[in-house]
Amino acid sequence: MIYEGKQKIWSEYQKDIPDDHYFYVRSCIRQSFFPASEKVFLDIARNKLGKDFFETEHHTTCGGIAYHSDAIPQETSMTIIARQFALMHKYGYQNYVCSCITSFGLYTETLETWREFPELEARIKENLWKSCKLEFAKPKYLAHASDLIYKFRNQIASQAKFKLIEKKTGRPLRVVEHIGCHYAKMFPSKGFGGAEYPYVLAGMIEAWGGEVIDYPERRHCCGFGFRQYLVKSNRGYSLSNTHKKFESMEPYKPDMIITNCPGCPYFLDRWQYVISEIEGKTYGENGHGIPVFTYEEVAGLVLGYDPWDLGLQVHQVSVEPLLDKMGVPYDPQMKYKGKNNKDIGRPELPTCACL
Amino acid sequence: MDFGFSLSPSSRIDLDLFDREKFRQLTELEPDVLKCMACGSCTATCTAGKFAKNSLRSAILYLQNGQSAQALEYLKPCMLCGKCFMVCPRGINTRHLILSILKIYGDAK
Repeated sequence: MIYEGKQKIWSEYQKDIPDDHYFYVRSCIRQSFFPASEKVFLDIARNKLGKDFFETEHHTTCGGIAYHSDAIPQETSMTIIARQFALMHKYGYQNYVCSCITSFGLYTETLETWREFPELEARIKENLWKSCKLEFAKPKYLAHASDLIYKFRNQIASQAKFKLIEKKTGRPLRVVEHIGCHYAKMFPSKGFGGAEYPYVLAGMIEAWGGEVIDYPERRHCCGFGFRQYLVKSNRGYSLSNTHKKFESMEPYKPDMIITNCPGCPYFLDRWQYVISEIEGKTYGENGHGIPVFTYEEVAGLVLGYDPWDLGLQVHQVSVEPLLDKMGVPYDPQMKYKGKNNKDIGRPELPTCACL
Repeated sequence: MDFGFSLSPSSRIDLDLFDREKFRQLTELEPDVLKCMACGSCTATCTAGKFAKNSLRSAILYLQNGQSAQALEYLKPCMLCGKCFMVCPRGINTRHLILSILKIYGDAK
């Protein structure tokens, strides 16, 4: 299919999402993997875009990892989710936005299951009252945080201090976009662009000046896959998935990767180190890896946040080559300084001295 | 460095390397090969298959993927007894098909 044709199909998969007033829930793992992403999202939403985003410390994990690992039954995860929705209702919100793709997929699955099986919904309602004494409610609208950044991408572009463009040459950066499987592969109508042509990240890249790479394994899973990495002996499957994607994208010489899932940036980032140790191969320029970012981090870079405030120092693949390309200023001395200039420690270099 | 896990070899089929000509010849000689729905009745009933690696179902799939050497491996122990012909729900003349495969792909290494 020709690229223009794809763009036309993408434009037909749109969804209307509310402008404002959201109940925000964090991911249980993103804060360890990419510690500043969620903070930056809230800062952009509240202070740069002037929106009302509420969060409470009382919300918990959605139970997604336990559910997908067969550690808890579906009813348990549904009751956890019902509690989250009840908290939203308690604080007077109707629109629910989550930071995690696994959660988004599970919330969608749960709402669809309740719609299909009302008797199950009634049982969960009872479970919720017995366990938490909370009133059952369902959100009027369920969104993923990347939907909102996508929705406001042009507003972000209008406030941009840096674009996804190589400063020296004016060349648009070649960007690989990777969308979490649970965003639209299970319920295509719930994501921008459906399952096959999701536009949520491509839209951001185009609005911010980059060029989207269309490579053969674009829709392939990153390899996260829950049971693939939870058991050590299975991790080869996870690694092989990531390897397959990198082999496929390599000829297109990507400058960076953007993802909207908790697991994808983590695995695409960390497995580059493992592949370099096992095979001695790196996929970026000059023996470096390809830097991998969350969409909030990229929005933050575009809006001129300090790279170290975005938590880019905890990435496995060093981000400096990309910052240099974009012309983003940074202080190398401050890379490993935490709060109040406290040293946060330095990672050991890989044995192949790359990345 | 030993991580305790490693890369799995890729099982990707490169269709650019697919020898379509031989498969075209086969379908010309044996159009019934396209009727196979890989149900596995032939393999389940195979007398040789109980003791050796013999499976017409696998062989057809390998041929479709352009892996003729593997396909021939799966046909080697065949004694041409014809039991598979009797059980095939699509009525494929399996014995004749196997002979045609050997005739066309016989030199595959």
